[in-house]
Amino acid sequence: MIETQGAGMRRRVSFRTRVLTPYAMLAPGIVLFVAFMAAPIVYTVILSLQKRTVTGLGLGANSHKTVFAGFSNYVASFTDPELLGSVLRVLLYGVILIPTMLGLALLFALLLDSRRTRAGGFSRTAIFLPYAVPAVISSLLWGFLYLPDVSPFYDLADALGINAPELLSPSLVTFAIANIALWGGVGFNMIVMYTSLKAVPSEIYEAAKLDGCSEVQIAWRIKIPIIAPALVMTALFSMIATLQVFAEPTTLRPLSNSLSTSWSPLMLVYRDAFTRNDIYSAAATSVVIALGTFIISFLFLRVVQKRAFGQED
Amino acid sequence: MRRSLRTAAVATAAAAALLMTGCSAGTSHDSGDTNQKVNLTYWAWAPNLDKVVDIWNKSHPNIHVTVNKQDGGDPAVTKLLTAIKAGSGAPDLMQVEYQKLPTLVAADALADLSKTDAVKTKSHFSDGVWSSVTLGGDALYAIPQDTGPMMFFYRADVFDKLGLSVPSTWDEYAADARAIHEADPSVYLGTFSSNDAGWFTGLSQQAGASWWGIDGDAWSVDIDKAPTQKVAKYWGGLVQEGVINNKPMYTPEWNTALNTGKEVGWLSAVWAPGVLSGNAGDTAGKWKVAPMPQWDASNPATGNWGGSSTGVTSQSKHVDAAVKFATWLNTDPEAVKALVTTAGIYPADNAAAKQALSKAPDFFSNQPDFYDVAAKVAKTVNPFTYGPNVNVAYSAYNDDFAKAAQSKQQSAFLDAVTQMQKTTTADLKKSGFTVK
Repeated sequence: MIETQGAGMRRRVSFRTRVLTPYAMLAPGIVLFVAFMAAPIVYTVILSLQKRTVTGLGLGANSHKTVFAGFSNYVASFTDPELLGSVLRVLLYGVILIPTMLGLALLFALLLDSRRTRAGGFSRTAIFLPYAVPAVISSLLWGFLYLPDVSPFYDLADALGINAPELLSPSLVTFAIANIALWGGVGFNMIVMYTSLKAVPSEIYEAAKLDGCSEVQIAWRIKIPIIAPALVMTALFSMIATLQVFAEPTTLRPLSNSLSTSWSPLMLVYRDAFTRNDIYSAAATSVVIALGTFIISFLFLRVVQKRAFGQED
Repeated sequence: MRRSLRTAAVATAAAAALLMTGCSAGTSHDSGDTNQKVNLTYWAWAPNLDKVVDIWNKSHPNIHVTVNKQDGGDPAVTKLLTAIKAGSGAPDLMQVEYQKLPTLVAADALADLSKTDAVKTKSHFSDGVWSSVTLGGDALYAIPQDTGPMMFFYRADVFDKLGLSVPSTWDEYAADARAIHEADPSVYLGTFSSNDAGWFTGLSQQAGASWWGIDGDAWSVDIDKAPTQKVAKYWGGLVQEGVINNKPMYTPEWNTALNTGKEVGWLSAVWAPGVLSGNAGDTAGKWKVAPMPQWDASNPATGNWGGSSTGVTSQSKHVDAAVKFATWLNTDPEAVKALVTTAGIYPADNAAAKQALSKAPDFFSNQPDFYDVAAKVAKTVNPFTYGPNVNVAYSAYNDDFAKAAQSKQQSAFLDAVTQMQKTTTADLKKSGFTVK
């Protein structure tokens, strides 16, 4: 009797252990994911299929109705020349930013990893530090430095007799924004690459040394191919961040006549949702941007995956 | 295992609780009993308004008002629209800028006060101001609080040095701008700012523009009409000529230019002394104020830049009590005096303003008649109707006039007006409004 009871209890415990516990432990994650990821996405899609209609002057109670709009918001997004313009501007910005940023990050990571480097800890922190400054703050700081009448750099250029160009003029403003992102982004990418360099076993380098490899050859033929997965990952993150650029141009916009309220895709979404009070078309545009980002990331991974991860299998 | 199960359950409950708090920001309402003490909440951003409200709370124990300080006009409106959409969480009273009233009325966020005692305050305000709170119809959506009649601020010492007289017409303003820029090419009389749509609206209002209109059941958009075209052409000409700067206001550069005497004039509103004392402190005592330069000197007019009103929200359960308070706040001599001295605003109530404003602001201590000039100017504000999509027109102004100012071409300024008209009309039509 006692024995059977004990066996039954054990069986119940083991049922709980095997089936319920994993779900219970996953529950916080699932709850948070549903509340803060899945639900907002579903809500955005629902919003994007609706629109607001007005009767009469649209003043007072019951003059507004929210109705099903089908795909009309999406059609409007796809045919919006402003969205296309903002995407093209951001692509140019990415072409300027990403190779420069990753190139510099890789260079710094290799230099820090080289045996002859002195004051490595200090340099690492110094290069990483700008990443800790929020984008809005760094844009304000750089904004001051870009304005000829308040910037010490222009005073310096005047003293040297150089006629410095205006960085917030329409032809240079993309470089000005890319520079802010570069300043903030190099450190983060460098740390990612440096960390994966540190994981490489040192026997490989010793073997290369014995074969007569120079430091440059080691970097070029051994280190870079080995950390290729880290390079792919940083490139992917940089591309996504580029498509989502918002804080820098938004902060710089009031300082000049060069940036429109729809300069980048996310600025366009923000303007539609909060300035124009049209969350429905803003929702459609954000879904389009999210899909675009997804497709670009997917294609990029398809293209580079074989080369970067091939040796791991 | 059992222990980890419990841990997981606790974590789940914590996560759920975290979510709940986000959704349960409801408000409780008092019952409608008139003898009971009523609590009102008031969203406002004017500085030190809570101190003015303290005076009310001391003398009116049955209607207690709590000021909930807001960041500013735009964020407060966004917050209110969210609360209206959610069905709860809105305050009883709300400080609303005039140009935001149609947007809030369109969202059914404000109560119609035309059946309450609020209509009795009409005689306190000028017709131009009253038309902003009625939207030109029979309803009443707010009680006016402050206004921003536009005036011309200039560096009297620079004008004296160059032997210039204060411009009474726009032609004279242009001549002065030329003379000042010729005397020193790094100095400007003013700038055309693509960043400040409210400023350009005021200039157009002075020229006789009213950008929206109500015609039966339809809205009209009248931006691309003669008055606004005249203003755009005038400024485009000055920018093309190079005698007026083309950079936006409220930038670090502009602040520096005002303080170092590179910008020696500002077409602004009655609240300008507060801004100037903040960003051009070195020039105190050197500025003077005059009425705006005129298109027709025999028929003086001006526009408004800024100003706000007190509205009662559609969620308020105590409309009568709220009206009683709003009436006191904006028309009672003691309250208006407190608004002037502690909140630093220019009251919309003409008679009370005259009584309360005797001493010039510190920054203009060299001009004792500062508020006499303001009072005279305030009576000449042209009427202007705002529409339900002011935000759209304003952001179109930012984009289109930024391009125009950058190009420094007079024709581009006129194109910008046309583009604003197109964007504003298209948005109204897209939202389903009937547009004439």
